[in-house]
Amino acid sequence: MSRLSPFNVVSLTLGFVFLYVPMLILVIYSFNASKLVTVWAGLSTKWYGELLSNEAFLDAAWVTLRVAVISSTIATVLGTMAAYVLVRGGRFFGRTLFSGMIYAPLVMPEVITGLSLLLLFIGIGLDRGVLTIVLAHTTFSMCFVSVVVSSRLMTFDRSLEEAALDLGASPLDSFRLVTLPIIAPAVISGWLLAFTLSLDDLVIASFTSGPSATTLPMKIWSSVRLGVSPEINALSTIMIGLVTVGVITASLSTKHAALRAKRDEQAATRAT
Amino acid sequence: MAETVFAPWDDPTAEPIIRFRNVTKRFGTFVAIDDLTLDIYPQEFFALLGPSGCGKTTMMRMLAGFENPTEGSIELAGKDIAGVPANKRAVNMMFQSYALFPHLSIWDNIAFGLRRETSDKAAISARVEEMLKLTRLEKLARRKPHQISGGQRQRVALARSLAKAPKLLLLDEPLGALDAKLREATQFELMDIQEKTGTTFVIVTHDQEEAMTVASRIAVMDEGRIMQVATPDRIYEAPASVYVADFIGDVNILAGTVTATGADTYALTWKDGAAPVTAVSEATFTDGQQAHLAVRPEKVAIHTTKPEDVDNLLKGKVLDIAYLGNLSTYHVELPGGQIIKAQTANTRRLSRRSITWEDPVWVGWTKTAGVLLDT
Repeated sequence: MSRLSPFNVVSLTLGFVFLYVPMLILVIYSFNASKLVTVWAGLSTKWYGELLSNEAFLDAAWVTLRVAVISSTIATVLGTMAAYVLVRGGRFFGRTLFSGMIYAPLVMPEVITGLSLLLLFIGIGLDRGVLTIVLAHTTFSMCFVSVVVSSRLMTFDRSLEEAALDLGASPLDSFRLVTLPIIAPAVISGWLLAFTLSLDDLVIASFTSGPSATTLPMKIWSSVRLGVSPEINALSTIMIGLVTVGVITASLSTKHAALRAKRDEQAATRAT
Repeated sequence: MAETVFAPWDDPTAEPIIRFRNVTKRFGTFVAIDDLTLDIYPQEFFALLGPSGCGKTTMMRMLAGFENPTEGSIELAGKDIAGVPANKRAVNMMFQSYALFPHLSIWDNIAFGLRRETSDKAAISARVEEMLKLTRLEKLARRKPHQISGGQRQRVALARSLAKAPKLLLLDEPLGALDAKLREATQFELMDIQEKTGTTFVIVTHDQEEAMTVASRIAVMDEGRIMQVATPDRIYEAPASVYVADFIGDVNILAGTVTATGADTYALTWKDGAAPVTAVSEATFTDGQQAHLAVRPEKVAIHTTKPEDVDNLLKGKVLDIAYLGNLSTYHVELPGGQIIKAQTANTRRLSRRSITWEDPVWVGWTKTAGVLLDT
């Protein structure tokens, strides 16, 4: 184990301070007994209780969850298909245009994406609600999925697909039975990315939602404009907790899988 | 009763299983295969041998169905296979990287192809067990590909490609990833399995020793063309060109002009002022024609004292000695700089060897030892 140089210690400290101090303060204040956010009045979990009895927040959370699950699932299917065509399709007519178009939402300001979607929905006379948010979220998160999946496909050993074809599998079967199971981790992380993006999107949801559907970020934003309440702190703490658990689980399972594969390979080498 | 020699290529009535007819394959402006015609017969173990980029892998991929010829036709068992997709061909391939499916067990890898053509579980199971037994993998059936060694993976790949009992098995550098000892053992195993199953094998390799060991016939390729197709011994002892002679094994080449000195005997003037060397040739040459004499080093004898009655004898001094254990190759420099390699078997222990660096020696060979080539 190498020791850290003073420079590294400083960089590390600065990094952690900038990243985590704001969140830490938020977490601490969510356990504040006082109604005034900035005045500490002892430890309490009462805001968590109040949060659970707040119908408006719960409704918004339910809408957000439904939108996130549906839109990230559709985005994963479409994004994986797009990635497959881009990586495997060879040089077809309009490939450059297609790859440019698919990555455009990555760099497009959200306001513009939101506005253009709003104009589209008004144009085709679609009532704004959960459906329009789902469509909008699918649109912008599918390009993230396709970036993640196509980077995995580029390192994918092409001969595996050829072997499947060679053994008599149809192109569809070779994708379903060989390619998909092998790229599954990338597809899953694409889904998780799309899910997270949808969970915390405020701008696009504001443009495309209607009176019947309010997402959690929209709800938080509108309540904060009336003043920061300790309930919001509690809610945010719960979200931080969920995300932390998710990220740690994901990274631990990948690490575990990698370790196991390495151990198996070493065992195999010794066996010969 | 005399044993019948397996040589369908000499039998005019034999039907080839594969027939390349004037096949050309271009990638853009690059010509990978150049107007190639070739017949391969059932139950052959056929080797495509050549340096990388000579087109041997392209030929194999055209047989498997991953590439289509730009011009010409390829027939498999009498039928043109252009346009038949890879998954509809009675041809299986063993990939260079083995291409084992990492998420499936050894058992499921072998069963993969069988499951595509039948849903009869008992038949699949019986065939997989048979393949496991053939390749001695019974104990590893439940393991995943990353849990077994390189040599075992190679056997799984072979079992998987043989499971569907293809008419033709393609092997793309199958032993490249194995170490020397294991490779040698596996070569004999491959020949054994080929004999047991009676499948036609086409192997692609750049390793000439491997091709010589396993193949019934070898096609030596260069730049998309076949330079020679013949049995290993013909390729080695009667190469058709300087390229083939030089590609297979080690060889001494003397270039010069020939003059006939008998019915089939020629004198080759390889250097002005030096005595010409004589050689017997089946091919005929006209007087004054440019020719090359190719002599294998093991057919060149090295002497410390001038011997009598040797057809060709040249004097030089030892420049280098390559000691290989069982053999030693002496690089003998002739006056004028030409190097002749002479190889001797080390039947005596090293300490009693009589020739060393800078020693004046004679190198000699008989008139039938070499091959006279025009190109």
